[in-house]
Amino acid sequence: MKADVFDKLKILAEAAKYDVSCSSGGTVRSNQKGGVGNTVGGIGVCHSFAADGRCISLLKIMLTNFCIYDCAYCINRRSNDRPRATFAVSELVDLTMEFYRRNYIEGLFLSSGVVRNPDYTMERLVKVAKDLRTVHRFNGYIHLKSIPGASSELIREAGLYADRLSVNIEIPNEQSLQRLAPEKTFKSIFQPMQFIRQHAIESSEERKHFRSAPRFAPAGQSTQMIVGATPESDNDILKLSSALYTQRTMRRVYYSGYISVNTYDKRLPALKQPPLVRENRLYQADWLMRFYHFKVNEIVDDAYPNLDLEIDPKLAWALRHPEIFPVDINTADYEMILRIPGIGVKSATLICSSRRFSRLSFYELKKIGVVMKKAQYFIVCRELPAHTINELKPSGVRSLLVPTVKRKIDDGQLELDFDAT
Amino acid sequence: MTVFFYDKSFEGMLTCLFEAYRLKDFPEQLLVIDTHIPLFCDHHYTIVTEETKSDRVWKHITSKLSVMGTKEVTNCWLSELPDIDILLFRYLRKTIDSPRSIETNFADPDVLLLSKIYKKISYEAHRLIQFARFQKTADGTYFAPLEPQFNTLPLAIHHFSDRFADEKFLIYDMKRHYGFYYNMKIITEVTLTDEEQRIKDGQLRTEYADKDESIYQQLWRSYYQTIAIKERLNPRKRRQDMPVRYWKYLTEMK
Repeated sequence: MKADVFDKLKILAEAAKYDVSCSSGGTVRSNQKGGVGNTVGGIGVCHSFAADGRCISLLKIMLTNFCIYDCAYCINRRSNDRPRATFAVSELVDLTMEFYRRNYIEGLFLSSGVVRNPDYTMERLVKVAKDLRTVHRFNGYIHLKSIPGASSELIREAGLYADRLSVNIEIPNEQSLQRLAPEKTFKSIFQPMQFIRQHAIESSEERKHFRSAPRFAPAGQSTQMIVGATPESDNDILKLSSALYTQRTMRRVYYSGYISVNTYDKRLPALKQPPLVRENRLYQADWLMRFYHFKVNEIVDDAYPNLDLEIDPKLAWALRHPEIFPVDINTADYEMILRIPGIGVKSATLICSSRRFSRLSFYELKKIGVVMKKAQYFIVCRELPAHTINELKPSGVRSLLVPTVKRKIDDGQLELDFDAT
Repeated sequence: MTVFFYDKSFEGMLTCLFEAYRLKDFPEQLLVIDTHIPLFCDHHYTIVTEETKSDRVWKHITSKLSVMGTKEVTNCWLSELPDIDILLFRYLRKTIDSPRSIETNFADPDVLLLSKIYKKISYEAHRLIQFARFQKTADGTYFAPLEPQFNTLPLAIHHFSDRFADEKFLIYDMKRHYGFYYNMKIITEVTLTDEEQRIKDGQLRTEYADKDESIYQQLWRSYYQTIAIKERLNPRKRRQDMPVRYWKYLTEMK
């Protein structure tokens, strides 16, 4: 073990840390004979939690942080004067195996700056995955970034070794992307996504005929968007995610509150704090689309282009639609129960299975885990009806539920001054 | 009030169930043999564990409960909570008496409580998988000391024997003083006689550790510190997801 591995690990982890995705779920695979590792599926396994509260599941690292591009939002841009390093393939493979055997990580998340050209970079990423899978018989999780502009053949090879592939959109609007990253186009980003989709469909077709045909990226693909660096509204962002989720292979869209890494660049807003509350609200909206059967235009539309920072998007929707409430817990269908603020997927399934035995009352709902503080205004159960949203009016419910303690709500968005550029 | 005395084993609890139906007298408390009789006790019986009886009860229960339900019962027994036996006793009695499965009746306090305990147990088993940290010993065996809240080692061991099928390892419960050793073929239960001599502060003493072990630990620590984004520090969230009681054996938290 050479001493410079310490420095490389530091530099390249530092370079990779702004990537949000760290999921190790989505694929179940037990170990093979003579191999090491398995994947557990479900929500994956988080092996540690960093001081910022984010989970560490995979060894998130870059192969190199040299880059030929000069994207304004990126810490590794060409014009930044930063320490640069490159891992040798064997060094990175050894590091992954040693960490994995000590149960520090669930697998590898490998990204890279673009050196020479996209194909050359992609080839080296694939080499790492290939070595892990074939030489070390590593059977754990591998997440590879596919480099925008890489060829279809290389992406196909990557998908045979990796569990998940991802391409980051970063900027949800073409004009803004052109302004901040002139060397990139929407096409160069969406093309690899399309390649991944095509190969996945081909592979699943093939597997219908031959069971032993190799699986292509069994955990699908994911992507990431930066929030707060450009003037896009939540409406634009969520519309795009919703469109992405209609594709079969797209499993997750991540939102990353913009952190001013390149403060000198005047094309970007200078935020004191990353817009954490907005990011949280976007994730809540994302969950509503994926697990609560909400349509995107129910969460945001042209009349309400941005999510309410004070209350969660589900409560905001409920306050806009008082005519639907109160809902009778004992008779309403599952879909309707899911839409009640304060009731999540777990509580909703518990309610639906328990009410076959007896009618549920306030006390039992509380025991089951419903957040009655919110839900009480939107339901009727066995008791006499309480004050519901219809008596109190939406504004009354809102004032009851908005936290009274004056919390410092992130004001990053209001200060954006885009005309300065 | 009726009290049963028994040997605090799972089979013993099942035998109690058998005897209760035979005597047509159901206990409010299950106590270990040789504890003294509580106040206001009308009847007390000492139950001798019998395998034929417990097997008969278990066979009947498995026919009435789903696979998940039986798993819930056996896993909850591992929680070692003081009142888990009487809770399971009531739960199984309700299962036997009810014409249809009560598993999903969460309006029943016993069913709800048992499902909550089951959730806790499952989380704890998952946390073993998350937070076990192996250290390489001088002879190439990987060693992971832990102190789980509940006795969940048996629930997690098969995950590790599948994952690390090509190496020898030992996962050791420092609180209950036993562990599982895997020798690339079978898993055996072992007890170390010289725990203190080998382990200090959750760390293998240097003479027992592999020569590269401390390097990889340092690498992991430096990676852990680097990966956090300074602008987004959130120690409360970290404590929620990685409670402090696990930090003792976490390489990165030293």
